Amino acid sequence: MEEMSKKTLYTELFKSTFFLSMFTFGGGYVIVPLMEKKFVKELGWINEDEMLDLIALGQSSPGPIAVNTSILVGYRMAGVKGAMVTVLGTIIPPLLIMTALAYIYIAVRDNAIVNNVLLGMQAGVAAIIVNVVYNMGKRIVVKKKIIPILVMIAALIAGIVYQVNILWLLFFSGIIGALTTFWELRQKDEGDTQ
Amino acid sequence: MIYLNLLFSFFQIGLLSFGGGYAALPLIEQELIHNQGWITNQQFIDVLTLSEMTPGPIAINAATFSGNQIAGVLGGVVATVGVTLPSVIIVQLLAYFYFKYKNIEIVQGIIQGLRPAVVALIASAGLTIFLTAMFGQSDLPVDLSTLNYVSIIFFALGVFLMRKFKASPIHVIILTGILGGIVYSII
Repeated sequence: MEEMSKKTLYTELFKSTFFLSMFTFGGGYVIVPLMEKKFVKELGWINEDEMLDLIALGQSSPGPIAVNTSILVGYRMAGVKGAMVTVLGTIIPPLLIMTALAYIYIAVRDNAIVNNVLLGMQAGVAAIIVNVVYNMGKRIVVKKKIIPILVMIAALIAGIVYQVNILWLLFFSGIIGALTTFWELRQKDEGDTQ
Repeated sequence: MIYLNLLFSFFQIGLLSFGGGYAALPLIEQELIHNQGWITNQQFIDVLTLSEMTPGPIAINAATFSGNQIAGVLGGVVATVGVTLPSVIIVQLLAYFYFKYKNIEIVQGIIQGLRPAVVALIASAGLTIFLTAMFGQSDLPVDLSTLNYVSIIFFALGVFLMRKFKASPIHVIILTGILGGIVYSII
């Protein structure tokens, strides 16, 4: 890897992220495993354990997970410049595709058949979101920890019934999350020293 | 100025969407429909539908598309840059500390604390989407006589295929699209 020139590195980073973003349907949860395959197995640039840490970091940051993970891979390989290259590789394909689609949409939205197709798809999208919520909610419920379950129920009521601003919901649940983490880490430390 | 507003709105959406693309949905809904009045509920669902059926990260797709709807090609670019910018800054800061200290337990803990609220927020955006798809309106209470029976069958079919056969979202969208094109054209 030492002999690899900067230019080759940037080109490969751009090419990899561009193609993953261009041809992968389904967002971060599909793109990230493919990224892992590309950079760990095919190119051998990052080892498995470090990649897992990068993926965890990507999921811990705000923003799209696929974008976050690609920035991390770029940063790991070539610093800030590398991150710029991979983030461009990731956002240029959707930028091109969705811009074109926006124009097609305006042109055909009032067409009767297009309208019927979109009406059908609406029900499909509703099914997808319900499925996503079910899966995410289940992951929290099965842990059987009382605080996260209470936070989820409280946020649901606050959001739907009282239409509380999202900022406040995130702010308060973030504080509760931070406090419980500090408490758990302290418990663990005390356990270790005994 | 519209471009600055767009940049700021989408920067905020990117900054606050913890937990991937779906976490951006309630934020997009709150900001673009309710706070700014830039798009309608119906357009929001169209944005989501088209973002699901095209490749690439869903939040980026949604940003480019709605930016385009609101202020043309440049609007799409501005919205995309806005939604990406927080990632570019925060992720690299996190990466810097990670490579220095190799410890992300506290950050992960806070994020895990956010997750239950994020699920609730996505559920609340999901309710808007569900009601619009089934009743053509987004607010409770609904008038049961406005229930679209075809839509509820498509919905049930989609959930069934995903839960029973692990069908992917893109397949569900394509299938319900084809069925919609046929069924609604006949009735």
